[in-house]
Amino acid sequence: MIYGVALLSFCMLTGMFVGDLLGEVMGVQANVGGVGIAMIMLLLLSNFDSKELTLNPITEKGIGFWSAMYIPIVVAMAARQNVAGALSSGWMAIVAGVVAVIASFAMIPVLARFGQGGQDDS
Amino acid sequence: MILDVLGRVLSTNGLITAFVFVGALVWVSYLISNKLTRGHVHGSAIAIALGLVVAWYGGLATGGSRGIADLPLLAGVGIMGGAMFRDFAIVATAFGADLKTLKKAGLVGAMSIFIGVLLSFVVGAVVAVLFGYTDPVDVTTIGAGAATYIVGPVTGTALGASSDIIALSVAAGLTKSVLVMIGTPFIAPRIGLNNPHSALIYGGLMGTTSGVAGGLAATDPKLVPYGAMTATFYTGVGCLLSPSVLYLGVRVLL
Repeated sequence: MIYGVALLSFCMLTGMFVGDLLGEVMGVQANVGGVGIAMIMLLLLSNFDSKELTLNPITEKGIGFWSAMYIPIVVAMAARQNVAGALSSGWMAIVAGVVAVIASFAMIPVLARFGQGGQDDS
Repeated sequence: MILDVLGRVLSTNGLITAFVFVGALVWVSYLISNKLTRGHVHGSAIAIALGLVVAWYGGLATGGSRGIADLPLLAGVGIMGGAMFRDFAIVATAFGADLKTLKKAGLVGAMSIFIGVLLSFVVGAVVAVLFGYTDPVDVTTIGAGAATYIVGPVTGTALGASSDIIALSVAAGLTKSVLVMIGTPFIAPRIGLNNPHSALIYGGLMGTTSGVAGGLAATDPKLVPYGAMTATFYTGVGCLLSPSVLYLGVRVLL
């Protein structure tokens, strides 16, 4: 079980490291896609279908546990947001946030159609 | 005396207390989901909404900025819901996700990130102008805040914006993230957010990692890895574009 957790941690740390390096190289004070890179690493590892390297079920449980903890963690994340701060900051910030969300939601179907058009242009 | 001891146990084992607290919150949420809405509103959606309500209460009660985690007894919620565990759990969801979908949507996913940053930035900047801000640094910082609450302060600091403008940009980003968490499950059927492909695009367009993480959890947990994957690049791209190209654009226009 610890192998799974260790593997997951290793992917995350490597991803964060690469993401921070990318940020430094680009000259921005932020992590560029660290989590995404870690996810791709884990994906590649879990799609590895060779005989020598298959994860045993207990190792998989170590990763599965954290995957299942995702929703509770998100609930805790919601509970520590600065909601009072957002609500008391005045109209400008709220309007800016709300309109940005509406505009972004509206773009999803547009882009989704664009992306699928390439595959089935019937 | 019993209360003293109890309080001490709960606060010295903060993270464990958080597990119990969140567990109870989720349990109540699923109860509400099953009994009051007969399963129409997803239990996790209710749990996230309750979490936000609790956070609002915490902010009002303590005047702090970390929601309910500012109550000493529940400080562990801050650890459990902090960036470290959040990112760890997000990475874990990638296990077993479909690699082919990712490859197929790679280009449009990347595009969605740039379009998403640009769209939110422009909207935020226009709102700032409509509210009477004319200084390019102020307008850029608020536009960047409409992208995410990290892009805002990073941009504002880089450009030398005043601290109240930076606070406003953070508030714009927070509003966005809270609204994405609450709004996604309701809007999902209308915008076709029910497959990995549109989830990738959704993540790229929304960009707020917490918003996307919460929104997809409440809609369909299976979509989480796809949306989270693109969302995690958004803040980096935003921090790259806002203080540079986008700032220059604002300066030309104003």
